[in-house]
Amino acid sequence: MRDVVIAGIGQTRVGELWDISLRSLAYQAMKAARKDANGLTPDALYVGNYLAIVTSHQSNLGTLLADNAGLTGVEAFTCEAGQASGGAAFQMGYIAVASGYVDAALVVGVEKYTDAIGSEQEAALAISMDADYEAMVGLTLAAQAGLLMQRYIYQYGAPRSAFGAFPVLAHANAVNNPFAMYRRAIDQDTYEKAPPVADPLNLYDQASYADGAAAVLLTTPEKARQAGIGHPLVRVRGAGGVIDTLALHDRPDPLAFDAARYAVQRACEMGGILPGEVDLFEVDDAFSIYAVLGLEAAGFAERGEGWRLGQNGDLRLNGRLPVLTMGGSKGRGNPLGAAGVYQIVEAVQQLRGEAGANQVADARMALTLNLGGPASSAFAHVLERV
Amino acid sequence: MEIPRHWRLKKQRYALQGEVCPHCEGKIFPPRDVCPHCGNEARTTFTFSGRGKVYSFTHVTEAPAGFEETAPYTVALVQLEEGPVVTAQLTDVDADEVEIGMPVEMVTRKIRSDGDERGIIIYGYKFRPVMQH
Ligand SMILES: [Zn+2]
Repeated sequence: MRDVVIAGIGQTRVGELWDISLRSLAYQAMKAARKDANGLTPDALYVGNYLAIVTSHQSNLGTLLADNAGLTGVEAFTCEAGQASGGAAFQMGYIAVASGYVDAALVVGVEKYTDAIGSEQEAALAISMDADYEAMVGLTLAAQAGLLMQRYIYQYGAPRSAFGAFPVLAHANAVNNPFAMYRRAIDQDTYEKAPPVADPLNLYDQASYADGAAAVLLTTPEKARQAGIGHPLVRVRGAGGVIDTLALHDRPDPLAFDAARYAVQRACEMGGILPGEVDLFEVDDAFSIYAVLGLEAAGFAERGEGWRLGQNGDLRLNGRLPVLTMGGSKGRGNPLGAAGVYQIVEAVQQLRGEAGANQVADARMALTLNLGGPASSAFAHVLERV
Repeated sequence: MEIPRHWRLKKQRYALQGEVCPHCEGKIFPPRDVCPHCGNEARTTFTFSGRGKVYSFTHVTEAPAGFEETAPYTVALVQLEEGPVVTAQLTDVDADEVEIGMPVEMVTRKIRSDGDERGIIIYGYKFRPVMQH
């Protein structure tokens, strides 16, 4: 396989973007990524999206988005893996360039969540669960997380309040991210007073679903040099994608997050590194319990101990293992099928030294982890500044 | 809405009908094409007793379409005495009385109503605390 570098990145603000269409939102990110890559023309477009088929009544986004952007004649299609669709699309772009199938691939993650309203939104989100045996009995994504959180507290005796460290950290880091949905800090007291959503899970344990688009342009190091790109390049050093059972109830050990564990393991083995060697970790914090379980699955804490990492400053920008460095899904907002591409874009910002006030000192290597559902699918990537 | 699907699932919904693997005797619910225990195809039907214990639970306040009338409600992972775990609502119990390990049994109840003009009401399994004798 060939070396693959990220030559360009682009992202839109995350939020309730009522006034912009699905196609134009994606175009903004695609255009920014191409401009950042000195105008490199992609041979293919891979789209990460989860809900457009329900929320916008639109399928075949590959054609729509390429067509709208004037990318005539390219290969283009959607990669769908629920909330891990962004990670899946990035994986596809990486494989396409690494294999020599194309020389340059554009990957865009896009979600237009607010095209649906009210209880239609919760119903749309339910399509990534087992329709016959989870969604049909009234389970929601938040309820899946609530079930895991309840069991975690019971099994390991973690204090309920400990989960607050994750949204508090995410909001603090989002303050300096101009693309973030929530640019204000919250404190532990605010967290503890938040209303329940799927008790014990409360409003602040859940990242707000939102609209957004993020894009990256992948190519070979040679192509990137020929294009005369001025900024540092970021190499994809390792990649891993793994599934678990779709339904939570089919797992012998639901708190294990095995898909996340093996995805991280594969990405790190491929990169010839140990997880502990990375300078930052963009863990998936769609729910605070998922950040805890993701940290444990990636090997940064023993089973049942992940919550402790939030208690002593280890995860802050100047800590031992900075996470959610631009606000994660809780602070930046959770653009669902685009979230995995946002993670990559944010990691690249860090590795290029372009993270502004949130810059992690001397960041050379980053790990990202994007989950579909409760780690029903997982994509992990190791990125490194060239 | 989706009438064929509801018709197809009625044995699972009304009678907790799953499978027993003819190769390894593993009990399977919901039914699958391939046994998760041994990897062979599993097709022999098996009806579960409907008795189990709460493995975990959560109280849902933000309900999706079709469940607005029911909210708030409690959803649990129920470990059946034969082994498999099923996701189901709890019924006939106050939210603050639910605890992990609590013995429960299956009952048939209204699950949801499709809010459209056809007004389909779907029945299926819920679990309630085991009555004390
Ligand atoms: Zn078997």
